[in-house]
Amino acid sequence: MFENILIYFVVIPVLMLGGLALCKNIKQIRAVAVVGSLALVGLSIALLLGYLEQRAAGATAEMLYVDSWTWFAPLNINLAVGVDGISVAMLILSAIILLTGSFASWKIDPLPKEFFLWLILLSIGVFGFFITIDLFTMFMFYEVALIPMYLLIGVWGSGNKNYSAMKLTLMLMGGSAFLMLGLIGIHYHSAPEGQPLTWNLLEIAQNNAIDRNWQYFLFPMTFVGFGVLGAMFPFHTWSPDGHASAPTAVSMLHAGVLMKLGGYGCFRVAIYLMPEAANELAWIFLILTGISVVYGAFSACVQTDLKYINAYSSVSHCGLVLFAILMLNTTAMTGAIMQMLSHGLMTALFFALIGMIYGRTHTRDIRMMGGLMKIMPFLAVCYVIAGMASLGLPGLSGFVAEMTIFVGSFQHTDMFHRVFTIVACCSIVITAVYILRVVGKLLLGPVQDKHHLELTDATWWERLSTITLIVSVAAIGCFPNFFAELIKFTFSENIFKVLGMN
Amino acid sequence: MDQITSVLILALPLCMFLLLGVFGNKMSHKMAGILGTLGMGVTLILAYSTAFTYFFSGSELFIDAAGNRLQSVVFDHTWLAFTDNLVIKLGFLLDPISAMMLVVITTISFMVHLYSLGYMHGETGFQRYYAFLSLFSFSMLGLVVATNIFQMYIFWELVGASSYLLIGFYYTKPSAVSASKKAFIVTRFADLGFLVGILILSFYTNTFDFVSMTSNPQNVLASTGGAMFMGGSVLTWALVLIFMGGMGKSAMMPLHIWLPDAMEGPTPVSALIHAATMVVAGVFLVARMFPVYLMEVTALEIVTWVGALTALYAAIVACTQVDIKRVLAFSTISQIAFMMVALGVARDTIHEGVGYMASMFHLFTHAMFKALLFLGAGALIHAVHSNDYTSMGGLRKYMPITHITFLIGCLAIAGIPPFAGFFSKDEILVAAFENSPLWGIWMTAVAGLTAFYMFRLYYRIFWWNEPDYEHHGHVPHDAPWTMTLPLIILAAVSCVAGFIPFGELVSWNREAYHIHLNIPVAATSVIVAVCAIALATVMYRKENSLPDKVANSVKGLWTAAYNRFYFDELYLFITHKIIFNLVSRPIAWFDRHIIDGSMDMFATLAHKASGAIKGLQSGNIQSYVLIYLMGALLIGVVTVVCVVIL
Repeated sequence: MFENILIYFVVIPVLMLGGLALCKNIKQIRAVAVVGSLALVGLSIALLLGYLEQRAAGATAEMLYVDSWTWFAPLNINLAVGVDGISVAMLILSAIILLTGSFASWKIDPLPKEFFLWLILLSIGVFGFFITIDLFTMFMFYEVALIPMYLLIGVWGSGNKNYSAMKLTLMLMGGSAFLMLGLIGIHYHSAPEGQPLTWNLLEIAQNNAIDRNWQYFLFPMTFVGFGVLGAMFPFHTWSPDGHASAPTAVSMLHAGVLMKLGGYGCFRVAIYLMPEAANELAWIFLILTGISVVYGAFSACVQTDLKYINAYSSVSHCGLVLFAILMLNTTAMTGAIMQMLSHGLMTALFFALIGMIYGRTHTRDIRMMGGLMKIMPFLAVCYVIAGMASLGLPGLSGFVAEMTIFVGSFQHTDMFHRVFTIVACCSIVITAVYILRVVGKLLLGPVQDKHHLELTDATWWERLSTITLIVSVAAIGCFPNFFAELIKFTFSENIFKVLGMN
Repeated sequence: MDQITSVLILALPLCMFLLLGVFGNKMSHKMAGILGTLGMGVTLILAYSTAFTYFFSGSELFIDAAGNRLQSVVFDHTWLAFTDNLVIKLGFLLDPISAMMLVVITTISFMVHLYSLGYMHGETGFQRYYAFLSLFSFSMLGLVVATNIFQMYIFWELVGASSYLLIGFYYTKPSAVSASKKAFIVTRFADLGFLVGILILSFYTNTFDFVSMTSNPQNVLASTGGAMFMGGSVLTWALVLIFMGGMGKSAMMPLHIWLPDAMEGPTPVSALIHAATMVVAGVFLVARMFPVYLMEVTALEIVTWVGALTALYAAIVACTQVDIKRVLAFSTISQIAFMMVALGVARDTIHEGVGYMASMFHLFTHAMFKALLFLGAGALIHAVHSNDYTSMGGLRKYMPITHITFLIGCLAIAGIPPFAGFFSKDEILVAAFENSPLWGIWMTAVAGLTAFYMFRLYYRIFWWNEPDYEHHGHVPHDAPWTMTLPLIILAAVSCVAGFIPFGELVSWNREAYHIHLNIPVAATSVIVAVCAIALATVMYRKENSLPDKVANSVKGLWTAAYNRFYFDELYLFITHKIIFNLVSRPIAWFDRHIIDGSMDMFATLAHKASGAIKGLQSGNIQSYVLIYLMGALLIGVVTVVCVVIL
């Protein structure tokens, strides 16, 4: 079991939990968190190299590092693992955000031990989700990632935290209910008559046995189930409240990684297993996600709380992810995954910076702040860079992702797709409006509050956290083809074979 | 041209940006300024040698046996592959217009780097300023050497961002912050059109590559298969949308509103970005795609109309402004519109497409004399600490170098021979007349207005009435050599640039072409210009009440022009009243109260329902028994009734 590299993505966090239990003071806790997450970053890079090496050596299988261990034989539930380019990219993203999130929670108070405990438990869910290809195990890890959120927000949050925590949990659980139904339905149609049923993604796709009428029922179930976590209109309202109340690292992980679980699941389960239904029903969800994109951006224009602005901006950007996945062609889907990476990194950067600014000024209301560029130039410059990435400046990650999506979406020739593509394109202007509005009010102009003049700039751990994220954002933005090729290989013929296109 | 030189032309400014951006704070001002200027100086030498090699080496890479210049792709690396054919490459395309632009950009940029050593002396953020200048130079150079339309779009965005950063350089000033925001958002809006245009065009042609599009424009037309959309061919739509991007960057009406406000940036920045280089990007874009535009004359007609209206509008407004930088800004808008008109009226069938050459020629000369005028304005502002000409007057005695060079700039822009502007403007007017007398007369009239408002400005600054400078405790004087040297160089160039045999170097199909003056057109335009200057002399040479009388006699028009025909108010209304108050706020309200409200409602309903039925679980045995008995009774009764009925 332990010769498969993937299993270590779960083993390391478990060891971290063990280490945490032995910790006596905050220094040891930090050490465990940093060492563990560094190990995870290293592991994910090793995985990337190994993966690329195998591909270069001519491995053409859809998934590599495939393995399966029986967990509960009567129901044929296995811990089945395997990765393709998308999962590799997601694992790297998660590791980076966990690392930077640990730095961002350097001074977490109170109960640092418990905080990291839940945070690491959450990350077990995330990593587990990305490595498994067994629907049941996948769902289990999904739930493991969601539940700690309730406590993390409820205990360490700010503002109206009980309400937000409850709302977030209940809405996501509501999504899970749909999802559960969808997954069980898929399981019961996973194999042709007379053959044993399976939970394994690859086998289900291979069998391609889900009846079309059942697909019409199961596709919306799974898509909405995952879509709730992907902040799909109209199931996105947990996001502004949840993010606003969550502590910094939790916002980072939640927006940076957890929301990606939604997009990833929509692709990996809903579309991958039920391409015919996806093709037929895409228009409904295209309308919803198209609305998300513009609606989120417009809502962000008039918010005054930094976290609300960023949460609505996430609704818009994550809407673009689902929008692109539904375009069902290689280019747009590649763009969707790149957008997931890009959004994950830059939104984590945003939330980290907002947390750092809030930690100093004790307000997130942009009307109460101004001229921070003069007071904390480092944080302010980082904020501008994050903003530029968000509004799609070439050289940073947002641009390449969005452009790939737009070019891919434009390959559809009918009026419906064209109109919605152009509507989605409009978001680049609206994004510029709200980003520059915040930058102008928050960072530039005269200093608003005289008390802010005494504030200090970033500490070393804060610098480390933000610089890591900025470098990652710039890496995607400057060398996009590396990531595009990594991802693109994955869009195996399976989906397109069924659709008879590409 | 070897690869290393061309890579260096792009890499040097980029490295300077990173160096100054990251380590600038650790350097002294002097160090940062000298590093930036040196870096630009080396880039200048490399760019000159590249352009020289391209035009004059006679290598078969650059010119064929028949004397036609060739387009040479020095390098072209894949940056992002969307599909097998739609690939963004980063490359270096060398052809007459890109070689010319290399010269223009590096010259002006170097002058501005040098000038800023004096102008920005002692400013906080000096290093940041040089970093941004380098970033801008990098982006602009990347834009002009783009081998494909997506590369151009990438650098187009970068240019926009560096312009944003430089306009907002004095970031503690609210007016600068809002000006930079406005510039970015307006051009972003235009870029949306550009992007959609690229998407449409590349969808049909299945390529982003300039060379393959422009060398076979018939294929581009054929690839659309005559598809129509809302009464126009899709190619027209694509070209018009791409032109919309150009309208944004080149400040064509109605997307011009950002440029006058952009004057909030430091004056050398205005000279570099908002006069000489970035704002001509739109002209360059149309010129780059010109063979494709020739396929759809409708698109060119739209270019002409937009250009002609903008030229007239901006010239009228320029006659009324009091802020000298704003006068220059409107004059820039008007002159760029001249270039647009020149492209719009050019046809391959008429006079070997003279308009194309004229447009590029004017771009070149305008860059020189407009940079000169802006840098001169910078020296003036530096001396009197005000942008308004009302606090100037009689400065010719105090600032002789600035005076002479500014005068040369004014003569050049007014189109007086033998200064540079005369020759290029003459070619534009020739092209306009050959397309249609309407455009010829229209543009000649605008040229007359140009002469008038420039000399109005000149007389108000250097003649008119001298305010009491001593009273302000500070007598104006010429600037240090770092500032006057660029003025002198640019003035010298403005004197001689007109004699460059431009047609030999640049033409739409890259064939050598002989310029010859069209005497009737040239004579008319000179007479008109001289009359306009004479009028300006009468009105503004000495302080008198004539200007006020004239203004009062056409009060409505004057006020409207002074308020820039209320375009800004219109935009404010659209953005604040409509976008913010009628779209964003209702959406935000809807989200909070309807969408989120319905989620909360589910929760409340569940809560209420549980409250309603929880009374049943009282824990009281007697009540359970009672309910049990009543239930049993009910079932019994129902059963009996059913049996009886059946």
